[in-house]
Amino acid sequence: MSGDLQQIWVYLAASPLLGLTVTLLAYLVGFRIYRRLKLFPLANPVLLAVLLLVGLLSLTGTEYRTYFEGAQFVHFMLGPATVALAVPLYRQFGLVRRSATALSVALIAGSLTASASAVIIGWLLGGSRETLLSLAPKSVTTPVAMGVAEKIGGLPSLTAVLVILTGIIGAAGGSWVLDRVRVRDWRARGLAVGVAAHGIGTARALQVNEVAGAFASLAMGLNALATAILLPLLARLVLG
Amino acid sequence: MLEALTLLLGLQLIGEVLVRLLGLPLPGPVLGMALLFVLLAGLGRVPEALERLTNTLLQHLSLLFVPAGVGVIVYLPLVAEQWLPIGAALIGSTLLTVAVTGWVMSKLAGRSDTDTDER
Repeated sequence: MSGDLQQIWVYLAASPLLGLTVTLLAYLVGFRIYRRLKLFPLANPVLLAVLLLVGLLSLTGTEYRTYFEGAQFVHFMLGPATVALAVPLYRQFGLVRRSATALSVALIAGSLTASASAVIIGWLLGGSRETLLSLAPKSVTTPVAMGVAEKIGGLPSLTAVLVILTGIIGAAGGSWVLDRVRVRDWRARGLAVGVAAHGIGTARALQVNEVAGAFASLAMGLNALATAILLPLLARLVLG
Repeated sequence: MLEALTLLLGLQLIGEVLVRLLGLPLPGPVLGMALLFVLLAGLGRVPEALERLTNTLLQHLSLLFVPAGVGVIVYLPLVAEQWLPIGAALIGSTLLTVAVTGWVMSKLAGRSDTDTDER
């Protein structure tokens, strides 16, 4: 009997089916809790699903690589979903165009804050040089962040993890901060989470309000562009 | 539905190819987003099939970040070793960025809206 179970496990562990199914299950559990708590930001579904899956992989001693063979099918959809962000952006473009100047200034201010404050805080607390350089592009979408990290001397794969953690922090804590600084304008709220927390912040903004979602989508795209251009130049200036 | 999915994948593909050909500092899908925006602006409306697919995809956009997020497991030792600078930098800087961006935007966008009304 236990021999049969063993065989079933050997089959499942080698097949992408298991990784894919547990990813969807973990997310459904996370999303249900999130909705039950009326979209309470700290109950972020990405955070809950990641915690569940990290726990599961640790308990079963499964390697991340094995898990990812199944989960990559979900991961792959990030590309077409990013392209699809043009739709909410198009629908709200009238609003975007009217605030173009404000948007550009806020974007540059946010982009510089995101990199500079991360490096300064990390440096004050004794982070290694490699860690600091990996932290610098943390607020932009993963592929750009990894490219920038490599260019300025960080660890691209560490950056990928820091980017995801940043997204979760921004999506979970963004509403709270915006309430504290009394920002009620949906355009500003969307832009803020899009700049600070890329796609994960954008996902949260889309769930809350369509105007916020459109500004977050745009902010994510433009911050990727701004960081890719500005950060390597700044790094060269500061590091000499 | 199938046409809409093919369109999204096709634009991502064109985005990836252009980024590599022209050496642009952007990910392919972000350029694909810009291309789709231009297409929609030219068309003047969002086709219904694309609208439906987009709603489905974006409603659960956060699901798509889960597999990469689980990657944290590989870096737990490194993150644990420098947990203070990394944790403080991520939390402090991300929340500060939200505050700065939101505050600047709300101050400036409010003003430019009144400007438009006055004209």
